[in-house]
Amino acid sequence: MKPPVNEEPLTVLIADDNMTDRMLLSSIVRRQGHAVITASNGQEAIELFRQQRPQLVLLDAMMPVMDGFEAARTIKQLAGEALVPIIFLTSLTEEQALVRCLDAGGDDFLAKPYNQVILAAKIKAMDRLRRLQATVLEQRDLITRHHDYLLNEQRVAKAVFDQIAHSGCLDAPNVRYLQSPYALFNGDLLLAAYTPSGDMHVLLGDFTGHGLPAAVGAMPLAEVFYGMTAKGYGLAEILREMNAKLKRILPVDMFCCATLLRLSFQRCTVEVWNGGMPDGYLHRHDGSKRVALVSRHLPLGVLPATRFEDQTEVWPLAPGDRVLLLSDGVIETSNAQDESFGVERLERVFDTHKNPESLFEGILQALEDFRGESRDDVSMVQLALIDAQRQPPASLIYSDSGQSSPLDWSAMFEFRADTLRRFNPLPYILQLLQEIHGLRSQSGELYSVLAELYSNALEHGVLELDSALKRDAAGFSRYYALRNERLAALEDGYIRLHLQVRPQGVGGVLRIVVEDSGKGFDPAKVLGRTPSVHGLSGRGVNLVRQLSSSAGWSEDGRSVHVEFTWESQA
Amino acid sequence: MAVTQSSVSHSYNGENNTSSIAVKGRFDFSLHQQFRESYEREGKSTRYVVDLNETTYMDSSALGMLLLLRDHAGGDHADITLSNISSDVRKILAISNFDKLFNIP
Repeated sequence: MKPPVNEEPLTVLIADDNMTDRMLLSSIVRRQGHAVITASNGQEAIELFRQQRPQLVLLDAMMPVMDGFEAARTIKQLAGEALVPIIFLTSLTEEQALVRCLDAGGDDFLAKPYNQVILAAKIKAMDRLRRLQATVLEQRDLITRHHDYLLNEQRVAKAVFDQIAHSGCLDAPNVRYLQSPYALFNGDLLLAAYTPSGDMHVLLGDFTGHGLPAAVGAMPLAEVFYGMTAKGYGLAEILREMNAKLKRILPVDMFCCATLLRLSFQRCTVEVWNGGMPDGYLHRHDGSKRVALVSRHLPLGVLPATRFEDQTEVWPLAPGDRVLLLSDGVIETSNAQDESFGVERLERVFDTHKNPESLFEGILQALEDFRGESRDDVSMVQLALIDAQRQPPASLIYSDSGQSSPLDWSAMFEFRADTLRRFNPLPYILQLLQEIHGLRSQSGELYSVLAELYSNALEHGVLELDSALKRDAAGFSRYYALRNERLAALEDGYIRLHLQVRPQGVGGVLRIVVEDSGKGFDPAKVLGRTPSVHGLSGRGVNLVRQLSSSAGWSEDGRSVHVEFTWESQA
Repeated sequence: MAVTQSSVSHSYNGENNTSSIAVKGRFDFSLHQQFRESYEREGKSTRYVVDLNETTYMDSSALGMLLLLRDHAGGDHADITLSNISSDVRKILAISNFDKLFNIP
């Protein structure tokens, strides 16, 4: 066996009223290499202990003034958490007396007359115990310090995370959400923001890992989400950027499962991308079959930019329909038998809670019934349409003076097939037009109209898609599948965008012409049809007419022009 | 509730240069070290098989560990098969679309 690593000499307090015994014991202990201090009664022993803090105490049981039992109690109290072993010196032999020694806080006893070998062994054994206790205390304190430190880090991370997850427009009237306190820190992230045209982007994400790592990843994700949404980028571009950013900064084993969606209040659609999240649900107000918004992609941050898949799905949305997204905390909740709550049980809750106002409570109750306790890491969000007329597009805030507004210029852009396939020029065009200060109060309308004209030129012109397909839900998904297919295979075609800005009175006028390479159509025939207000197509034309000062189509249907006017300069 | 200890075992077949890693019990963060060691101990194999026959559960950190293995095995050129998958684990892999990265028979 190895010798004890550090057998430092101890300071040993010896208390005995018998001077001979005291001296005898002192010399034995000194010979073993320890320092000795002595007392002749309990009272003195306590005094010495207070002053010199010896590491070990040899205490006679029977002493005048104060006996060993009382002294032992006081010394143990003074020693606090540290172990100061007390060995009783006793000629007592009855069991009761020995028990009293231990009851008073003694750790061992030594019978008189003293046996040197046994005494040395006992001192060593007690010293080992003493060290062990000291180590335990030291480690406990270290763990406590680390724990406090960690808690503080988590508090800071949570504060940052809360800021990120609770900015945006989660308080909009069409959003209902629930994030249990621990969900945030479980890496769940819920973001919502308006686009310049008044649509809403919503992201429910779930980072691998908890606490600090999740908060670290959430920051760039939120930044991309809010920044690009405000500038008018679509889901595909935002997703590509998020994925590339996370791939770049996160370690290989970390990623973010996410569902990103765009609620389009004007078009009455919801566009969805789901990578790694549980199914979302589209509940129909008329009781028809609910649509599962299924994960079709790898989570964000896994694939390199070149292999990332940004294809989205588009579904028609009617007033009263609701979109529900939830975190894996719901279906992965398990009970004592290790069964998961699962999708089937969730769908049963849907069937028994038709009222969207009480669905969250219903789900939470079902989880609690299933598990026997409530769950603290669940995120859910429920979304509906809001009346587009009542929803003013968010106005942006500018800080420049308005002295350098460009008021007399024109430009033409031609976007060809290769560009149309992968690039959305609208955020750039919008940014350019924002330089005209008089137009800024109409930026939402301007963006809505531009987006409408651009997607018409692309979908009906270049890609030759027939909007009549969108009459029913099946045709609707067929339409968007075809759109993806044809866009991916596009080799020819163009969209030209002419912009002309002229001063007019105290204000000015912007004329936009959008021209495409498609076959065109007969405007008199097609536009003469009264677009049905609640149908799935025909809204676009109405929208353009409502939001711009004037609008018109060329005779061949290949180009459309709109004008925006403003009355004052800033 | 009885808690069975999760574990990772590893074997290597020199004939076809294939490493087999079997995960037993709950595949979660507690196996991080063991799982990593199981493939780092040997040199690089051409093929990897992760046997999930006795895997009862898999969380997102397990998915992360599979990504680490994939990275170790050559990233996009990795040849990794996840075998003997129970229906519960299959659901988890399906939601994450990991079939785009791993062979899942």
